[in-house]
This record gives sequence, structure tokens and C-alpha cells, in this order.
Amino acid sequence: MNATVLEVRDLRTHFGQAKAVDGVSFSVARGEVLGLVGESGSGKSVTGFSIIGLVDPPGTIVGGQIVFDGRDITRSSREEMRALRGRRMAMIFQDPMMTLNPVLRIDTQMIEAVQAHENVSRMDARARARDALGMVGIPSPDERLQAYPHQFSGGMRQRVVIAIALLHRPDFIIADEPTTALDVTIQAQILAEMQKLVAQNNTSLIWITHDLAVVSRLADRIAVMYAGRIVESGPVSDVLARPLHPYTAGLIDSVPSRNRRGERLRQIPGMAPSVARLPAGCAFAPRCARADAACAQAVPLLTAGPREHRCVHPLPEFRV
Amino acid sequence: MIPSTPVAADIQSSSAGSSGMAPLIELNEISHSFGTRPDLAARLAISFKLAKPTASVQAIDGVSLAVRRGEVLGLVGESGCGKSTLGRIVAGIVAPSKGSVSWRGKDLKALPPLERREAKLRVQMIFQNPYASLNPRRKAADIVSEAPRVHGLVEGDLGTFVDQQFRRAGLDPALKHRFPHQFSGGQRQRIGIARALAVQPEFLVCDEAVAALDVSIQAQILNLFMDLRERLNLTYLFISHDLGVVEHISDRVAIMYLGRIVEEAPAEEIFARANHPYTQALLAEVPRIETTKRGFAAIKGELPSPLSPPSGCHFHPRCPHAMPRCRTEAPRLKVVAAGHKSACHLNDAAA
Ligand SMILES: Nc1ncnc2c1ncn2[C@@H]1O[C@H](COP(=O)(O)OP(=O)(O)OP(=O)(O)O)[C@@H](O)[C@H]1O
Ligand SMILES: Nc1ncnc2c1ncn2[C@@H]1O[C@H](COP(=O)(O)OP(=O)(O)O)[C@@H](O)[C@H]1O
Ligand code: SF4
Ligand code: SF4
Ligand SMILES: [Mg+2]
Ligand SMILES: [Mg+2]
Repeated sequence: MNATVLEVRDLRTHFGQAKAVDGVSFSVARGEVLGLVGESGSGKSVTGFSIIGLVDPPGTIVGGQIVFDGRDITRSSREEMRALRGRRMAMIFQDPMMTLNPVLRIDTQMIEAVQAHENVSRMDARARARDALGMVGIPSPDERLQAYPHQFSGGMRQRVVIAIALLHRPDFIIADEPTTALDVTIQAQILAEMQKLVAQNNTSLIWITHDLAVVSRLADRIAVMYAGRIVESGPVSDVLARPLHPYTAGLIDSVPSRNRRGERLRQIPGMAPSVARLPAGCAFAPRCARADAACAQAVPLLTAGPREHRCVHPLPEFRV
Repeated sequence: MIPSTPVAADIQSSSAGSSGMAPLIELNEISHSFGTRPDLAARLAISFKLAKPTASVQAIDGVSLAVRRGEVLGLVGESGCGKSTLGRIVAGIVAPSKGSVSWRGKDLKALPPLERREAKLRVQMIFQNPYASLNPRRKAADIVSEAPRVHGLVEGDLGTFVDQQFRRAGLDPALKHRFPHQFSGGQRQRIGIARALAVQPEFLVCDEAVAALDVSIQAQILNLFMDLRERLNLTYLFISHDLGVVEHISDRVAIMYLGRIVEEAPAEEIFARANHPYTQALLAEVPRIETTKRGFAAIKGELPSPLSPPSGCHFHPRCPHAMPRCRTEAPRLKVVAAGHKSACHLNDAAA
């Protein structure tokens, strides 16, 4: 097993009453790809922002620890986090314009990004930028460096952002649904590049998405979030083939390709609860067919080999 | 070589299952172009003289398409290929620059105004973004009842009418006095569905109607569409870029690329035996949950700009089978099997 790069222990990030993230623990090894999945509002992005030190006020980390490369960074200063973000870790957002400045040329932005963290000449920085664009599959990178963001398509912009994230060959990247808004053929191109690059550099990657199909092809491990907690995690193929938590099973079952064509899709009844008003016990109970009185108590994290879950009545190993 | 192009006879045979039923809606050689509408970044750039304002976009280029009564026709294609524009033309929201739209065999333009209005009401549209398509300052009940009141379709008590519409879309009538922002995304989509159904349409154009929803809510809404189809005998044009969704819900599928239909076939046929290289490339990326890790093998190249589409076959710069002819001559949509049409020069070479 490879060394652990990131360890998150019992992370709690709250926005006042809203317990957006409430007791999340997981770790990522060097070179490992972790798929973080869950419905919107389940706390995926807040988990990502917490790790990278970019939680918006009034959000605060009220408990837990984030250990990066053996060092507790939970209470690091803004400056320390900024230095870490440029060089050692990077985040890629769903909207590339969160990273790009619309009125600056791509070369200006990329050279700045290089020089912010490394003492190199403008010419060397430019060469680095050009190589990075080439690496993510942008044709004629020398010319494209002189373009403005609006002159790129959505897919190209996202590639530029990925190139920027890769500039310093970070050890660790968090990607928050970066291909969700893109077309399937463009999404596949970017995923292919990403897969190749992290493998080459032995980069650790957290890929946040609600798309189980993407995770099944990209990730080594999967963590499923529901209402601010990870309810199940484990090796991706095991979890998807034999989910233990009823919510994971419900998600898998509602994907159209898992149903007979033209028939009613198996659906999870109801909707996700508000994280401002969570029950004491299992938050999934109101939607769960297996729920009973035992589920009203707080459910501890249960471990079975490489797999973990939070369910008092896990599904049998083999479902039909 | 004389390419065989069976025309009229084939439209008959392709409707094998539905026993040659006349189409409910038929598009005839529709073309549509827009003067460009630059986005904010582009407007900024133009005002700083960093870019030039551009010419017109041919959003739809000679599309003929028939939707038969009771069927679900899936329309698939990548962003900007013209799906929404085609959907709006079908729904009568946009008048095409060229070509004609027929409703039950009659050219809409030739209908007297009253009949045309009636026909338009029979076709309703459901949009992708349930946030943007609902007026934030109106209560859900008013949103749903406005059109039927205007058109005099409410019989009896308005409150009872609204409750019925809410229940039909799977919404609790107790919520009817709330405003759109007080609903979840899935509930808002149900309000959009209730609003569309309130005028008793026969035909629904669903434009990315489940794209913004989480998978579990998406399943609930797709089930609602399938229930309504049975109960109300509805016909659908179902626009989506999600092949998994389209495969599940459609009887027939049409694939668009840059303003043109490149392939059209029964759903099973297209997913089993795609003919067009673009369709084949798309199908390789159908979102499926794999239990053994499989990499991504993507087709090369960016989506071309609709402002300057490639010559000949629009797909040629990305096509692994492109031949010299593909650069100069646009392939026509030809029958390749029963009910199955494709626009690719390879089909001539094979014959
Ligand atoms: N009102 C408009 N003015 C100018 N151009 C337009 C307008 N509406 C659409 N277009 C252009 O027409 C083409 C087709 O657009 P359309 O919205 O139909 O695409 P689409 O297939 O629905 O894309 P998406 O999957 O992104 O929704 C695009 O190039 C688009 O930029
Ligand atoms: N800036 C904020 N202020 C208040 N609540 C927030 C803020 N950001 C996120 N939240 C809440 O935290 C929860 C988790 O959000 P998020 O992590 O963005 O979900 P996901 O990324 O899984 O869709 C949600 O209930 C959301 O409303
Ligand atoms: S703990 Fe109970 S309610 Fe929660 S998922 Fe398990 S069985 Fe269902
Ligand atoms: S016509 Fe030519 S370029 Fe177009 S899809 Fe067929 S082989 Fe490819
Ligand atoms: Mg998010
Ligand atoms: Mg559209």
C-alpha cells in the first residue's frame, strides 16, 4: 500500500445551524483516485473547500482534523494555505471562469501562476505554460497562449484550468465536477487526459461528481456522501457491484442503464433532508425500506475489511 | 455509382410497429439561422476591440423529421448542435427561416389563425432549467393556472382545477401557495410539468428536462413522464445529451450534428447497430456503471464552431474514416435498413 497523502478525520464544517459536513473521515494514498459522490447539497463541495482552505464565511470548520503529508493543516494561516495550494495541492472547479480572469490573456495568467510560487524567468515560465497546455491536449499551444478565455470553447477552457492546476505538479488535486457541464465526447477526452496525467505523476486525486458512471471508470475507491456524512466507502468495483448501504444501492438502481429499457426506473422515494434539521439517527431513514427502530439511534461507522459503512441493516452481500 | 435512395416508400415501412400511422408533427426541410448573439465575454472583447462581431449561425440546416402519434422520439447531440432550436420550432415558439411544420398533416402556416392557435396549444414545452423558466414572483398555483384561464380551459372551481393539476404532476396541493424558490429542483420541474399539462396538450417537447436533476430525482421525473404518457396518451420529442436517458425512454432516436440530422432509427436498432461514425463515437461514451475499470477512449478534436462549420460532411475533421469526398460533399440521409437512416458516404462505398 502506498503512503497516505491526505487524511481527513471527523471533519465538521458548519454554516450556523446547517451541518454541511458533519463527521467526515477518509484518507487518500499517493497516486490514488478517490471518487466522492452524492446528491447536490450532500456536502461534497464543502468537504473539498475545507481541505483546500477556502470555506466561505459564515462557514467554519468546527471540528476534526485535516492532515496533509503528515502535517495538520486544519488551522493553518491563510498565507500557509495559499502557498500550499499553489505548489502542493490544487483545486479544479466546475466553472472554469472561477479560475480564469476574462480580461487577461492566457499566457499572462499562466505566467503569473508559475511566478507566484517559483522564482523563474518570464521566458521559462512561458515555456512551462506552453508545455502544460500541450500536455492537456490543446493543439498549437504557442498560439493559444495569446488568446483570451472567451476565445476558447467550454471544454478548452476547462483544459486550460487543468493545465494551470498541473503547472507545479501538485501531489494532490481536488476536482469538483469539472466535466459535468461538458458534452460527452469532450468529457471523455478530458477524463482520458486526466487519467493519464495523474498516473504519470503519481498524483492523488479526489474527483467530486454525482455521476456514478464516471467514477466507475476513473476511481480506485469511492466514498458516498449523504446529508453531510460519508455513508459508505470502499474499492470502487466492490461498492458498485455489492453496495452495503441502502442509499448507495438506491443510487445505483436509479441509473437508467441499470433498468430494463422502457420500464419504470427503480427510484428512491422522497428527497434528501435539509442539513439544518437532521434527525439523531440515520438521516436516510425516512426514505429507507429497511428502516426500523434501531435506525433512530446514532449509527457508528462500521468496518468490514477495506469497506466502511454507516448502516445497522446493511444489504446482504448478494442482491438480485 | 448510383446511390439508391428510396424515399417515400421508406417512411411507410419505417413506421412498421405503429402501423403506418400519420405523423402528429412533421418538419419539412426546415432551416433556421440566427444573427449572432455574442455572450458577455465576447461583447466585452468586442467593445475592447479584441474581437470582431461575427456573422450568422445556421442553427438548423435542412431537417426533415416526423413524430408519430404516441411515440417518444429522442433527439441527441452535443451542445450547440441545434436541439433546442429544433424543439422551439416544433413547439411553435420559433418560426423557421425556411421550410414548413405540419400538425396532423396540415401546414401550420396555411391554417386559419384560430386553428393555428389551437394547434400551438396542443404542443407544450418543458425546459431544462426549472429555476429560470418559472416566474419567481408568482405563486405555484398561479403559474400552473395562468394559461388555462387565459384560454378558457378551466371548467368549474379554479381551486379544484389547480389541485388536480398538482396531483397529476406528483405535487402536494398543500404547497400551491408557495413561490418557486421554496421548492426543490425536482419539485420545480414538477411545477413546469403541471403547467404544461394544464392546457391538455397532446405533444410535449422536453428540452433537457432532467439534465439539472440528481440521479435519484431524475428517476422520479422520468417515471412521471412514462406514467403520463400512458395515462394521457402523450407524444414526446425528448431532447437530451444523455444517451442513457434517451435509450431508456425513447422508441426512436435522431442524432444531430451541427444543425443536421445524421442518423435516425428505432432506439434498439441505433444502440445495437449504429451506422454513422459520429453516433458510434457517442455510443462508446454512454454512461454505464462498469464493475471492471475501463479507461476513456475519446474521439479526437473539438466540437467545430457553428459559425464556420466544416465543409462537406460536418464531422469530417473528427471522423476516423474520412475520405477526400467527405470534405467536399455533404452526405444525404439515406435508408440503410428498415426504419434506419444515416448520412455517411461510407454507405455508398459499401453498396
Ligand atoms: N437567439 C439566438 N441568437 C443567436 N444564436 C443562437 C440563438 N439561439 C441559438 N443560437 C445558436 O444556434 C446554435 C444552436 O443552438 P441550440 O440552442 O439550438 O443548441 P442546443 O443543441 O440546444 O445546445 P445545448 O445542448 O447547449 O442546449 C448555436 O450555435 C447557438 O449559439
Ligand atoms: N456559503 C454557504 N452558506 C450557507 N450554506 C451553505 C454554503 N455553502 C454550502 N452550504 C450548505 O452546505 C450543504 C452542502 O453543500 P455543498 O457542499 O455545496 O453540496 P454538494 O457539493 O454536495 O452539492 C448544503 O446544504 C448547502 O446549502
Ligand atoms: S441505518 Fe436503517 S434507515 Fe439508515 S440506511 Fe441502514 S437500514 Fe436504512
Ligand atoms: S461522410 Fe465521411 S466524414 Fe462524414 S461520417 Fe461518413 S466517413 Fe466520416
Ligand atoms: Mg457541489
Ligand atoms: Mg439546448
